Amino acid sequence: MVDGLNAAMPADSSLAEASPEPVLGHQHRVDDEALREAVWARVQQARNVKRPHTLELVRLMASEVIELHGDRLFGDDPALVGGFCRFRQHRAVFVGQQKGSEVEENVARNFGMPHAEGYRKAMRLFRLAERLGLPVVTFVDTPGAYPGAASEERGVAESIARSIGVMSGLRTPIVCVITGEGGSGGALAIAVGDVIIALENAIYSVISPEGCASILWRSPEAAQQAAVAMRLTAGEQQAMGVIDLVIAEPAEGAHDAPEETARRLGATIVAQLDALMPRALDDLLDDRYDRFRRMGAFADSGTSVTPRQERQSLGDRLRLLLGSGRGMLGAEPGPLRPAAADDQDEPPLREDV
Amino acid sequence: MPIKLPFRPRRQGFPPDLWTKCPTCQEMLYNKQLEKSLRVCDKCGHHFRLRVDARLAQLLDHDTFQERDAGLESVDPLGFVDQKPYPERLAAARTSTGIRDAAMWGTGAIGGHGVAICVMDFAFMGGSMGSVVGEKVTRAAEAALAERLPLVVVSASGGARMQEGTLALMQLAKTVAALVRLAEAGVPYVSVMTDPTTGGVFASYAALGDVNLAEPDALIAFAGARVSAGTIAETLPDGFQRAEFLFAHGFVDQVVKRADLRDVLLGLLGYLRPAPQRRAVSTAAQNGSGNGLLSRPLSTLVDVRADARTGAERSRG
Repeated sequence: MVDGLNAAMPADSSLAEASPEPVLGHQHRVDDEALREAVWARVQQARNVKRPHTLELVRLMASEVIELHGDRLFGDDPALVGGFCRFRQHRAVFVGQQKGSEVEENVARNFGMPHAEGYRKAMRLFRLAERLGLPVVTFVDTPGAYPGAASEERGVAESIARSIGVMSGLRTPIVCVITGEGGSGGALAIAVGDVIIALENAIYSVISPEGCASILWRSPEAAQQAAVAMRLTAGEQQAMGVIDLVIAEPAEGAHDAPEETARRLGATIVAQLDALMPRALDDLLDDRYDRFRRMGAFADSGTSVTPRQERQSLGDRLRLLLGSGRGMLGAEPGPLRPAAADDQDEPPLREDV
Repeated sequence: MPIKLPFRPRRQGFPPDLWTKCPTCQEMLYNKQLEKSLRVCDKCGHHFRLRVDARLAQLLDHDTFQERDAGLESVDPLGFVDQKPYPERLAAARTSTGIRDAAMWGTGAIGGHGVAICVMDFAFMGGSMGSVVGEKVTRAAEAALAERLPLVVVSASGGARMQEGTLALMQLAKTVAALVRLAEAGVPYVSVMTDPTTGGVFASYAALGDVNLAEPDALIAFAGARVSAGTIAETLPDGFQRAEFLFAHGFVDQVVKRADLRDVLLGLLGYLRPAPQRRAVSTAAQNGSGNGLLSRPLSTLVDVRADARTGAERSRG
């Protein structure tokens, strides 16, 4: 029995193009070269420096854009931008990570990797939107939050956790758009909302394909396999219920036709705001809670307690038989083997960024 | 940067089930003695990792732990295969650790104070957080709210479980949303960070305690030192990302030796009592489990919102 996953299927896929990836439930074939290339092409699209970034998109699809700066605590993070803008009749607060489109700007923008002050600026703007009764629209495009000393010192993890918390309880509608790279916690920190939209070539993952490959395959060259295995394309994320709507990109991709991309995205955002704005806030918040509450797939075997006892080695059994006083056969199960915690055969399987 | 290797060479010149070598001071420790001292090196104070049962035994009053949702098991939603299929990794972890997943939760008492407690176990796939761990933390928080018990979460984790992809990432949102509701309802939460608490676990529930405690020298980090060093070529200062570093930067209230942890919690629980129920909250509690929480009326919210904002502001200070 798999909880959650089935219930979380998307409600509306009218805007989605048929995705070339295999449907969920089939064993992935990470060795299928054609599939690998198709997925990797999307990863590269998502990372294309010419792809329209947050400010560009906002200026193309919204009017009366006013950028706001600073977290009022430490500084202003150029990797995360925000302010006021107007989508047709909807005045809104926008927030998004900002990459640069050439080297110099990219360095200035820290390649779209926010520090803690970026997320604290986001929270400040979320709170402002709540107070003014304005909806929030976020644009996600980041490899991840910045993994450096300065960012650890100022508590980037704490700021991500707080931002997730602020969004989950924010008493105003939130529309989230994954426009490019949705990299791990640094992306999720501004991607908790009532509806999650993605551009067709956007990706969303728990760790970068390179990071996943270097941990699980022990080689960054396996990034393509990792990308396939993680099902990080917008289409697959939609099938999993993590993303609600996928917007087809025109021509060769968003970088090829930024205006048309912005037009399609803008129309979708307006339609979503039209639907969300009249809703009662209490219902909206309960639905938002429920949406993330359902996320996850697990089974419940129902049986209780008693962890399986470890199979003992011959030596252990002999020692027990020889009756070292503390336990004979049939005695209650011993404590869990303490050494296992320090004595791993393999490096921990974990996300690292 | 001395990072602790998660494995040791196999060949050891002594029976491994009798003696353990302290990785910090190289002292040979007799295992029975090590268990008695809560797996802390008598000589240098190195804290070894603690399995979930030992942790529960250490913190809770004898025989008070009642496990809940023991039957939750991970499935393989992505059909994830790297060098081994995910189900095989799960099976291997279950056999070698004797537990079903990397967290266990239930209710118990600390010095007579009832608590909802969730403990993670690093031995199970690096304590990584997949759907089951996220679900258990969330259920612990929801039960803490419904039963108005203080919540204690003891973290030990390398972060989100990659084999579950973005479903693992979504556990950050799921757990944090539940903790926000807990805070709004005035029920306190203590986060205990042990070695290691990193990645998605640190960037969600572990960072959000009303009181944050950490064990000495525990690795607590958003990104592992290897990642920081690798991706941005920064040289990292000594003691970087250790519990004391977090303390110095204001993210941890106290660094507590394992031997003192129970007493410190006991002292805190004298203060961390669920606030007297407000009207809005009591309706939710009476509605009972699950759905009742979701339909909690948020209309009498002036004071609740003020609370939530204080929480956010406090973090910035």
